[in-house]
Amino acid sequence: MEKKKIISVHGITKVFDMGAVKVHALRGVDLDIYEGEFTAIMGPSGSGKSTFMNILGCLDLPTSGDYFLDGVDVRTLTRDQLAHLRNRKIGFVFQTFNLLARTSALENVELPLFYNREIRKKERLERAMESLKMVGLERWADHLPNQLSGGQQQRVAIARALVNNPVIMLADEPTGNLDTRTSFEVMEIFQNLNNRGITIGLVTHEADISKFAYRNVIFRDGRIHQEIAVKNRKIATDELAKLPAEDDFIEEQEVL
Amino acid sequence: MNYLNLFIVAIRSLFKNKVRTFLTMLGIIIGVASVIAMLAIGQGSRDSIERQIQEMGSNVIMIFPGASYRGGVASAAGTAVSLEMDDVNAIRDECPSVKYISPVARASAQVIAGANNWNTQIYGIYPEYFDIRSLKVENGELFNDADARRGTKVCLLGKTVVDNLFGEDVDPVGMKIRIRNVPFRVIGVVQPKGQSGMGSDQDDVIYAPFNTVQRRLRGATTKIQQIYISAISEEYSSKAQEEIDQLLRQRKHVAQNDDPPYRIRTQQEILRMLTSTSQTMIVLLASIAGISLIVGGIGIMNIMLVSVTERTREIGLRMAVGARGRDILRQFLLEAVLLSLLGGLMGIALGIFSSRMFVSLLNWPVTVTSYSVFLAFLFSTIVGVFFGWYPARKAARLIPMDALRYE
Repeated sequence: MEKKKIISVHGITKVFDMGAVKVHALRGVDLDIYEGEFTAIMGPSGSGKSTFMNILGCLDLPTSGDYFLDGVDVRTLTRDQLAHLRNRKIGFVFQTFNLLARTSALENVELPLFYNREIRKKERLERAMESLKMVGLERWADHLPNQLSGGQQQRVAIARALVNNPVIMLADEPTGNLDTRTSFEVMEIFQNLNNRGITIGLVTHEADISKFAYRNVIFRDGRIHQEIAVKNRKIATDELAKLPAEDDFIEEQEVL
Repeated sequence: MNYLNLFIVAIRSLFKNKVRTFLTMLGIIIGVASVIAMLAIGQGSRDSIERQIQEMGSNVIMIFPGASYRGGVASAAGTAVSLEMDDVNAIRDECPSVKYISPVARASAQVIAGANNWNTQIYGIYPEYFDIRSLKVENGELFNDADARRGTKVCLLGKTVVDNLFGEDVDPVGMKIRIRNVPFRVIGVVQPKGQSGMGSDQDDVIYAPFNTVQRRLRGATTKIQQIYISAISEEYSSKAQEEIDQLLRQRKHVAQNDDPPYRIRTQQEILRMLTSTSQTMIVLLASIAGISLIVGGIGIMNIMLVSVTERTREIGLRMAVGARGRDILRQFLLEAVLLSLLGGLMGIALGIFSSRMFVSLLNWPVTVTSYSVFLAFLFSTIVGVFFGWYPARKAARLIPMDALRYE
């Protein structure tokens, strides 16, 4: 059985008009992502990988080129339709977590469902709680972001991206602000989600993080430079076990 | 996002910056409070004018002889036809809507009692004048129609006159006073009426029989200065006015289209004249207060713009997870409206409180009407929507990516 094409882009370009100069961030990118894939997008800074990710996440529109998300031609959509698409089909994880301050973990996770009129309060709470369970934070539901560690905050953000059952989860440098151990923990969650069949696209500039994916796409100067299938794919759970025992467990206890 | 959730989000964000929220609301609070207080003062002075006009008597109609004005041009003085006692009798007999009628002869004179003297107004009247003006005799008794006709030298004193001629707590009934060297016997004291709507002391007066004043104090004239009339009820006062006008035109041979050489004024007309002045005051005061409300609104706009800038990343995030422009618009608009509405409610409270203070500290006549409260509430909501719209729209039009990247 052929796998479903979740993302299909052709000849995507993006030009930022900075007044005096025009910056060509993307110079024609073609890429397909199939259901269940775990793709890592890599490249040096300025290679256009983040711009590409934002376009995939419908946070920004390409200057030219075609983008089909789950069969929908994104370029023809209005602002409201794009918002609807982000709400129903995409889960986005940011480098800086972007949690609402002074708002509990549970409510942060609920946020996308607030913008879905079909979902009533009871279902919203259930699904948010379920998402928190998937990232192992059900006991932290009432905590505010400033009471959580960086890794925990990113896990809340992942739960938030999960809560609307997206067709694809996109993450822009999700481990960029985290230390090695917590990065691995976050990658463990991504791998677990991928094992459950969730399609994942991830931007990173760290080579060891990209080894957790099945496929690496390397950007350079706004184009795809290389596409490689990962050999010796790393399993985050194993990598965590290999790390020297640290006091991270105690840290969590303190927070609790 | 449904309205309950929007409401919770808005309340939370207002509570996040309590001091700022309060200071922003202060503009609206002061604006609304001053609108309410100004309207209350205006309404109060209007009510007090009305009350004082009512105190003039019941359904009073006054006739003044003399040229009337047309388009600001006075007719020649010689054209004035004077009113005589025959006219009074004719009105009494032929106008069915007239209940009481009394001619009034006024004189100002020096009054002497023992070692004291006092300058006051002497009103020559028929007893019906007391019915027209709702005057009451506090002590002693009123003279009768025969006295008024005959010109008996008796009088009733107002409270101020008693105080000045005899001192307080003295009963002057039975005592003699001299008005321009004419001896009068005091037969009563009139119940005090207080200040009139125009600020004059209504108790600084002496009432005497009509013909006594005409003959002894006004140089034996037969011309009548003024006629006081009471219609049988308020509804009949314009009918009475019409009847009197027709009768006097006929008697004085004045054509229908000509200006009559007398003026007939009803109590309602005087009331209208005086309240139109206070109406102007109300409008003036309320518009000044309204300007302060607008200034308060600008304060809200300013803070909402700051809030939008501060929360650009939050807006970006909300959009990234599926908020549409209109969701963001609603969120910020609701916040602005809540801000002005809360300010409005507090302003109403402050306005009512300060109106009470005017009453208790300055003894001003102040009336807070539900209409002014409603108006202030409505305006504060409109201010919120109006001044919240621009910042909210600015937020709604952000591009998610730019908003998320905003530092």
